[in-house]
Amino acid sequence: MNIHEYQAKELFKKFDIPIPQGRVAFSVREAKEIAEELASMPVVVKAQIHAGGRGKGGGVKLAQSIPEVESVAGEILGMTLVTHQTGPEGKLVRKVLVEEGLEIDKELYLGVVPDRATARLIFMASEAGGMDIEEVAASTPEKIIRQQVKPGDGLQGFQARSLAYGLNLEPELIKQFIPLVAKLYNLFLQYDCSLVEINPLIITKDKRLIALDAKINVDDNALYRHKEIQDFRDLDEEDPMEVEASKYNLNYIKLDGNIGNMVNGAGLAMATMDIIKLAGAEPANFLDVGGGASAEMVENGFRIILSDKNVKGVLINIFGGILRCDILAQGVVEAANKVGIGVPVVIRMEGTNVEEGRRILDESGLDLKVATDVWDAASKVAEIAKSA
Amino acid sequence: MSILVDENTRLLVQGITGKEGQFHTRQCVEYGTNVVAGVTPGKGGQEMDGIPVFNTVEQARQETGANAAMIFVPPGFAADAIMEAAAASIEVIVAITEGIPVLDMMKCYHAVKSSGSRLIGPNCPGIISPGKCKVGIMPGPIHWEGSVGVVSRSGTLTYEVVDQLTKNGVGQSTCIGIGGDPIIGTNFIDALQLFQADPGTSGIVMVGEIGGSAEEDAAEFIVDSVSKPVIGFVAGLTAPPGRRMGHAGAIISGSSGTAQAKIEAMEKAGITVVKNLGELGTTAVEVFGN
Repeated sequence: MNIHEYQAKELFKKFDIPIPQGRVAFSVREAKEIAEELASMPVVVKAQIHAGGRGKGGGVKLAQSIPEVESVAGEILGMTLVTHQTGPEGKLVRKVLVEEGLEIDKELYLGVVPDRATARLIFMASEAGGMDIEEVAASTPEKIIRQQVKPGDGLQGFQARSLAYGLNLEPELIKQFIPLVAKLYNLFLQYDCSLVEINPLIITKDKRLIALDAKINVDDNALYRHKEIQDFRDLDEEDPMEVEASKYNLNYIKLDGNIGNMVNGAGLAMATMDIIKLAGAEPANFLDVGGGASAEMVENGFRIILSDKNVKGVLINIFGGILRCDILAQGVVEAANKVGIGVPVVIRMEGTNVEEGRRILDESGLDLKVATDVWDAASKVAEIAKSA
Repeated sequence: MSILVDENTRLLVQGITGKEGQFHTRQCVEYGTNVVAGVTPGKGGQEMDGIPVFNTVEQARQETGANAAMIFVPPGFAADAIMEAAAASIEVIVAITEGIPVLDMMKCYHAVKSSGSRLIGPNCPGIISPGKCKVGIMPGPIHWEGSVGVVSRSGTLTYEVVDQLTKNGVGQSTCIGIGGDPIIGTNFIDALQLFQADPGTSGIVMVGEIGGSAEEDAAEFIVDSVSKPVIGFVAGLTAPPGRRMGHAGAIISGSSGTAQAKIEAMEKAGITVVKNLGELGTTAVEVFGN
């Protein structure tokens, strides 16, 4: 799960990781009040959306006076911010972070991620802060220094020191940096993070280390034990159809094509999207109904797929294992009767109780095209897309 | 022949008294798996379909000689269950549970490695040696005994692949679902190594998906260390970057982890990569014969 910069900074504050003074504002009036409290200029106004690249997109602005704070906050609040991570449609800005402006001497990078291959946490640090770290890793990998930490052993002093010396920090900054690394590690463990990133971690002109930005992702699997993080969920940042799907435990991701599809199992769902494309059409979504889908889940899945107005045809691909084909067939028939399906539907079923499932579909009187295998199904549905 | 599980497997089921545990234990027994014990803390002394239930894995192993474990414990307690099995020296541990927190798995991973046990999963369908032993939730009847090894990160996609193999007359030695999570006990390379060493396996089908670099690493390993023919498939060519596609491990980040990059690495390694899933079975006949 993604959280906002201002929420991440609340967590930083709790762990005593230095951040600029400031707060989140939902209106121009609040932004002005915060700027007045700060009582120093300049002030930075930062759009709060779940995407990077906000500065380049015009979502981060500097103000030199209170009236200017009001005018930039007014510009940013309510704007549709387009960055390389939002997609061309952009995201509506509903809140801004108002912070003291600081005099920057140098920008560093510090991040922690789990490494799948070694099952350890990796600390990454770089003197090339403030830039896209993926770009640094690709073009100048030598500028990133790494330390691997095994959670059972914990972060060792020498590892924090290696990072500090690798960043060529002066002695008085090393004294600030080492405890900061330890706090970051504790925060990562405390909240089951899947990413913590400070980019940039700045050195101010008066020799202080401060987290100018903060990015935290939390492991979805661990959310159940973090009520505090659950409360950070911002439904405005999520696709409304995906929010609707999550209510029914359906795993739905909206895409740009016109062929809706419903599949059991994530791998098969991805492979089904791929074969739709290979057959000459474009998938409109990813939808995994899971291994133990009920008739009700199938019905809701249908409703969500069909609420996407781009959808011209639907492909259902089910490999019955735990989810039996007869149960699926019943769900499809019930859904068709309740929801009313206005587009052609191709069904491909295989596995447990497939004969019974096919019989139910045949006898339903519904206009369903039954496919014999995956390629047959994809070809049939692509044909529909072409004629639509 | 086969790898990891066969007619000598003596299975214990952790979480045997839960709904899923009961259902799938019965399915495994029906397939012919020798289920010798169940473990549910607090329910020691009870029975499930005549299978004795114990409070601890250690006790179950001592009393029944269990050498493999299948885990259906809920996600918040599953890492603990895996470590319990490893501490009791269970040789093969198959964790079916989906949704275990990554940090729990990190600790668990190292505990299992130092114990000498082999972990398969978590978040996997399990492992089956057709005709001999099924430890998992896959539908038994689609499998057919033969000499092709299957290793996959997915569940139902594996069933699709196996079904096509069987329908085309290509039998399987062992099929392993290694799991869709970022941190798993057995990776592609481990499975490839076992299949390469197994005289009963003559060819391998490897089913990957987006996220991480396991397929690329496996491709490199194949060049140096696998002489048997390999067919590959990778799901997720149309997946958008940065999104979790159902499996926690299936995220493309930046330019790494894409299906395209994996396919290229596999082709470079001499693997026959199937682009159209519908042609996997027929390609297997061409490559392996039947």
